[in-house]
Amino acid sequence: MKQLTIQSTGIAGTLESSDISITIEQNEDKGIEIQLKSTVENLFGEQIKKVIRETLEDMGVNDALVRANDKGALDCTIQARVTSAVSRATQTPCYPWEVK
Amino acid sequence: MEKLRRTMLFVPGNNPGMLRDAHIYGADSIMIDLEDSVSVNEKDAARLLVYHALKTMDYGKTEVLVRVNALNTPYGREDYEAIVRAKPDAIRMPKTETAQDVVDADALMTKIEQDAGMEVGTVKLFAAIESAKGVLNAQQIATASSRLIGIALGAEDFVTDLKTNRSPEGIELLTARSLILFAARAAGIDAVDTVFSNVNDEEGFANEVKLIKQLGFDGKSIINPRQIETVHRLYTPTPEETAKAARILEASEEAAKRGSGVVSLNGKMIDKPVVTRAQRVLALADAVKARVE
Amino acid sequence: MQNGVKREIPAEVAGIGPLKPYSNQLVGGQAKNTERLKDRQLNPAKNKIIGSLEEAIRATGLRDGMTISFHHHFRNGDFVVNMVMDVIASMGIKDLVLAPSSLIDIHAPLIKHIKNGVVRRIETSGLRGELANEVSNGLMDIPVTINSHGGRARAIASGELPIDVAFLGVPSCDPYGNANGYSRGNTAASACGSLGYAKVDALYAKNVVLITDNLVPYPNVPFAIPESQVDYIVVVDCIGDPKGIVSGATRYTTNPKELLIAKRAADVIEASGYFYDGYSLQTGSGGSALATTRYLREKMIAADIKASFALGGITQQIVEMHEEGLIHRILDVQSFDLRAVESLKDNRFHHQIDAEYYASPDNEGCAAHQLDVVILSALEIDLDFNVNVITGSDGVIRGASGGHCDTAAGASVTIINAPLIRGRIPTILSKVNTVVTPGSTIDILVTDQGTAVNPLRTDLLANLKAANIPVCTIEELKAKADKIVGEPAPIQWEDKIVGVVKYRDGSVIDVIRQVKRNS
Repeated sequence: MKQLTIQSTGIAGTLESSDISITIEQNEDKGIEIQLKSTVENLFGEQIKKVIRETLEDMGVNDALVRANDKGALDCTIQARVTSAVSRATQTPCYPWEVK
Repeated sequence: MEKLRRTMLFVPGNNPGMLRDAHIYGADSIMIDLEDSVSVNEKDAARLLVYHALKTMDYGKTEVLVRVNALNTPYGREDYEAIVRAKPDAIRMPKTETAQDVVDADALMTKIEQDAGMEVGTVKLFAAIESAKGVLNAQQIATASSRLIGIALGAEDFVTDLKTNRSPEGIELLTARSLILFAARAAGIDAVDTVFSNVNDEEGFANEVKLIKQLGFDGKSIINPRQIETVHRLYTPTPEETAKAARILEASEEAAKRGSGVVSLNGKMIDKPVVTRAQRVLALADAVKARVE
Repeated sequence: MQNGVKREIPAEVAGIGPLKPYSNQLVGGQAKNTERLKDRQLNPAKNKIIGSLEEAIRATGLRDGMTISFHHHFRNGDFVVNMVMDVIASMGIKDLVLAPSSLIDIHAPLIKHIKNGVVRRIETSGLRGELANEVSNGLMDIPVTINSHGGRARAIASGELPIDVAFLGVPSCDPYGNANGYSRGNTAASACGSLGYAKVDALYAKNVVLITDNLVPYPNVPFAIPESQVDYIVVVDCIGDPKGIVSGATRYTTNPKELLIAKRAADVIEASGYFYDGYSLQTGSGGSALATTRYLREKMIAADIKASFALGGITQQIVEMHEEGLIHRILDVQSFDLRAVESLKDNRFHHQIDAEYYASPDNEGCAAHQLDVVILSALEIDLDFNVNVITGSDGVIRGASGGHCDTAAGASVTIINAPLIRGRIPTILSKVNTVVTPGSTIDILVTDQGTAVNPLRTDLLANLKAANIPVCTIEELKAKADKIVGEPAPIQWEDKIVGVVKYRDGSVIDVIRQVKRNS
């Protein structure tokens, strides 16, 4: 599978209700690290982190520092925003349909 | 069953909350927008967001269209690549000027459908005409692809192209509306009217809906859920209209049983077009009933 | 036998029995508080004004362990609670029971009075903001008691919740204690309209201290609180911030989701069988409830139906319908906006009522029991239709019981207006985290994505179906929401109880536990 290395910072999403803002930064050889702030943290915190992690892994990202500020985004929104952030950080278009 | 397209609700493509709720207001169609409502910096993110939303959301009986960017922009091709794979009911192409625009879109969609292992023709096309050139080519546009299910007028760009602006009476749109409608009817597809942007002018909006219904349009593009009720109210046959239509059809069936070519109701002779219109009223009423259930 | 005015009085009259001769000493005659009568007599100027809050507190004899009360008619503009508590704290009085009609964000300074032992226990309708967070985090040794408005009135009237001193902020007051939430004589700066919750305290508290910033000439009529119930008056510069007391104008929402719920609710009411000429209604001040009123107005005009009365918290929308002749009477326990305040002052059939009249379950009849239709909100509702309006999705206290369970029990049709989901938070749960109002008193749930009828109300279900209103089960609605948002993790609780939620009859319907913090 294709590996993607995060070398610069990518940001996607907004702070509006039902959205999630994702900032992805380099985290060389330190794996995927997620710092989450969420309005629904106690209800969906673990689920949000799981979706972020799985989306990154599916894209071949092994090392990344993710700062997520969630305002109640659904899983599909989280997937889209993570993908966009990675795409912007790596300056390569990421098409979900190539992955699966 | 008659396909209802009384209302086509615009939904900004980069707004997750609106994407989640787009169908709950009861519009017959929702039109998720990647074009004018998305800034150039967010085209990539909106495309992915809509792709993922369409893959997961259940919009029920609501028809889903996505307005993509035109193929002559830097975003168009990728929009088609993503959206065709996400399988909305149709793609709405903006700023359609020639039949070739439709042919190009159709060819690209066919290729994507083949690449993705989808049946060719899965995703339909809807063409918005937004310029004088497009209006004059409406007839060719309307027959350019078997994917095409309807054409629509986009008035804001159109009046700018004409070097005028929109008036409450809409005199400047009359020819365009008529030509688009003729083209649609000649091709056997739907015609949907342009948006009315002042959400607070309920009376002006109702007048415009009455006008385009009288012209023969199947429905209207709308920008706010608050506009849905007005359109549906004006487009839904009243119980009196439905009852009258039923009586006409009854008389027509009676006449057929008798082997008589002449249909009459309450002593008045009824022409075939009257029967056809009555059938249409009942089909519309049935479709509305099915939509509510 | 000669009596006090030297008349010969027989000891007994046949058919009447023994007679008690007049003694010419003042005893009895007052409904309450006879021991204070002497003090009043000693006040030659018939003036109950005392120089400072501290003197007034001293005069009431307030001491450790007593119960004091306040009202929340000044909402988030209230200065009275914090002002009085600071003085009480400075006097070294401790271990008090605080029994206000409700507490809001502005009352966060109470946290320090709880920490330093001035306040030992709280009874209230609701808690919000920082204070609510701290209480949910286990600030208090004794749990907070949550009462409904009707339940609090019942508890006070029955003696279950005896109040030693009521400190009541009043927007107009004369020197003898006739007080109101507005003034017909001037434009009261802190006008709040109805003093419905305070009236109960004034009637039953052993001592009543009024605090005003608007002293008007005797007699201040009309009054909500009569002189006969008032012991002391303290005049201060300012009892509240007008901006926090009433909103300027309650606007109709333009939020399409709220409008959708409102439209559905109005359709449901129209079809319910309780939309008839002379029906009665109560709506809250929330976005979709207000908009429901607007849609109802159109239906009332179309069908030539008038309401006999509107009850509860009153808004501009209700006032306008009253002035249009669509609602004959307004029974106002709480005025939400400036327009409602003005109307209470000017409209003769806009009537001020107290909380006992409004909603107490334990008297010979309350207005809530006369209601046909009530529209309520919910933070959570469960498959048994139990409703939570007190704890948020994180389990933290952030609301008020209010008149929710009172009107739900009283009305013929109790409707909950709620969005199916808020952001990612589902409204319908298998079990609500805190029950405030029992499901057996909730009739219909109206959401933006469907309407469900409590299976107990087969009559309503039949009426809605007959009117072609689409209805589904609450289980179907829950499934729809779960499919969108996924399965939320359950809230983690500590063992410690931080709140006791009482039903309107005083029985305990639920307890609230401390929220577990992951650290």
